[in-house]
Amino acid sequence: MKWAYSDEVAEHFFRPKNVLFEDESLFPHNARGMSGNVICGDQMLMLLHIADDIIEDIRWKTYGCASAIASTSVLSEMVKGMDIFAAAKITPAQIAARLGGLPAHKKHCSVMGDEALLDAINNYLAAAGRELLKKVKKSTPGSCAERSTVVTHGVKPGVAKGKNGSKTGR
Amino acid sequence: MTKRVYLDNAATTPMLGVVKNTMVKMMEEFGNASSLHFEGRRAQAVVEKARAQVAALIGAQPQEIIFTSGGTEANNLLVGTFWGQRYVTSAIEHPSIHEPVMYSSGKGKRAHFLPVDSGGIVDIDALRDALVFRPGVVSVMLANNEIGVVQNLNQIADLAHPAKARVHTDATQAVGKIPVNVDALGVDYLTLSAHKIGGPQGVGALYVREKSLLKPLLRGGSQELNRRAGTYNTAAIAGFGAAAVAALKTVDGFRDKVQPLTDKLKKGIVKNISNVVVNGDQKNCLPHILNVSFAGAEGESIMLALDEVGIAVSTGSACATGDIRPSRVLTAINADPELAHSSIRFSLGANTTAHDIDFVLTELPLIIERLRQMSTLKMRHSS
Repeated sequence: MKWAYSDEVAEHFFRPKNVLFEDESLFPHNARGMSGNVICGDQMLMLLHIADDIIEDIRWKTYGCASAIASTSVLSEMVKGMDIFAAAKITPAQIAARLGGLPAHKKHCSVMGDEALLDAINNYLAAAGRELLKKVKKSTPGSCAERSTVVTHGVKPGVAKGKNGSKTGR
Repeated sequence: MTKRVYLDNAATTPMLGVVKNTMVKMMEEFGNASSLHFEGRRAQAVVEKARAQVAALIGAQPQEIIFTSGGTEANNLLVGTFWGQRYVTSAIEHPSIHEPVMYSSGKGKRAHFLPVDSGGIVDIDALRDALVFRPGVVSVMLANNEIGVVQNLNQIADLAHPAKARVHTDATQAVGKIPVNVDALGVDYLTLSAHKIGGPQGVGALYVREKSLLKPLLRGGSQELNRRAGTYNTAAIAGFGAAAVAALKTVDGFRDKVQPLTDKLKKGIVKNISNVVVNGDQKNCLPHILNVSFAGAEGESIMLALDEVGIAVSTGSACATGDIRPSRVLTAINADPELAHSSIRFSLGANTTAHDIDFVLTELPLIIERLRQMSTLKMRHSS
């Protein structure tokens, strides 16, 4: 019987690639970024080891639904070995395409790994005193990402959770 | 397919054998129940027999039962009847009450949504305050579909009736699980559905107490005494009747049979998994529904991982529906959206075994542990 999502989503949900099961201190990294908001049900952490502007290695953590986990996983495969400027240009549409497509309502809320990646790259550039990259794509109007603070420079995961500015309360 | 453990009986129940047989017989003995000839009279007899059977299940008279396409239509029919009047309802109603009330009341301007406490019990003082505004109807569900909390309808009716308000209850989840009697509850209208009690999907009923107002939703036929037009779904109605007969026999023993298994599941989860929150007032709860939040693990991921090992449950996470907000019910009882996104509803059935529960208690801790290890969230909540 057909699964709830594509076979690619199933593969990355049940066998996620480059996921970090351990504490983040156990993965040597020089760039760190986050996106999403637990109030909306999805939050991603990206840890990069960058050398000469190339993403040499990557680990991630995600709190979220199957397509959120799968989209972060597939993105981690896409950017490994990539130049940071090329990696920063990856769009949610490209991620969704690599997953064999996602239901429309899933694209807006669960594909936010690119934002965590950009956040990490900018943190890396900022630490080196270099010019930051601008966010190319805009969040879809009405999506959770648009309603909340997406880019969370330097915020620790334990702090980013909770009531940080979402308006989804009643 | 591997063995399945079905713990989503609040979504729908497996059809009883006697229901299926009754329906097949009716499909073979066709007829339009509105026709006067032999085939029509034969179908009509089936419909009227089922009407008496469904009425008996809730202590009603047959003529007080209107067959509908399900609980959603019954709820829409009820809300439409009070169009133009004020509504009082609760913050944790099923969408098939909540949405029609919003639509019929100027986006809620002529409606009062009674808050609930942290266990999900309706605030009676808020009802007293709302009754001052002379609502046409007070609609409060008997048992909640997500957390299983049972309301004191008798108390609600005793307050509403002197204020000249009519009282409706959506008893879709309660019927067949706990004794439901329209006179004991003191309600004027009651919604029930066949597929929650081993009957077919696509048929339900609205109980309408004698001499109570009713405005049809569907017009264009004289069926149901001009109250619900449309050719009878005869086979489904026959199946509903058969399911009602079965439910009347088993309802008194349902709690004794299922509560120990629900308790076993709850105790096992609390014992074996840290940072869990059991949602809903456990002292006033249906015997077969258990709703638990697993902090740090998202509901849809838990649900799909359980499905993969053969266990069917449901979740209050927004991600399962595409909404950005988590369950309205869990939001109403618990201000923390993170826990609502992390909720799983287990709903047991008459066929659930201790072995099924043991299997869940073996698989679930591994799934939660794995999702938490890959989660950005660190544990903060304690059980």
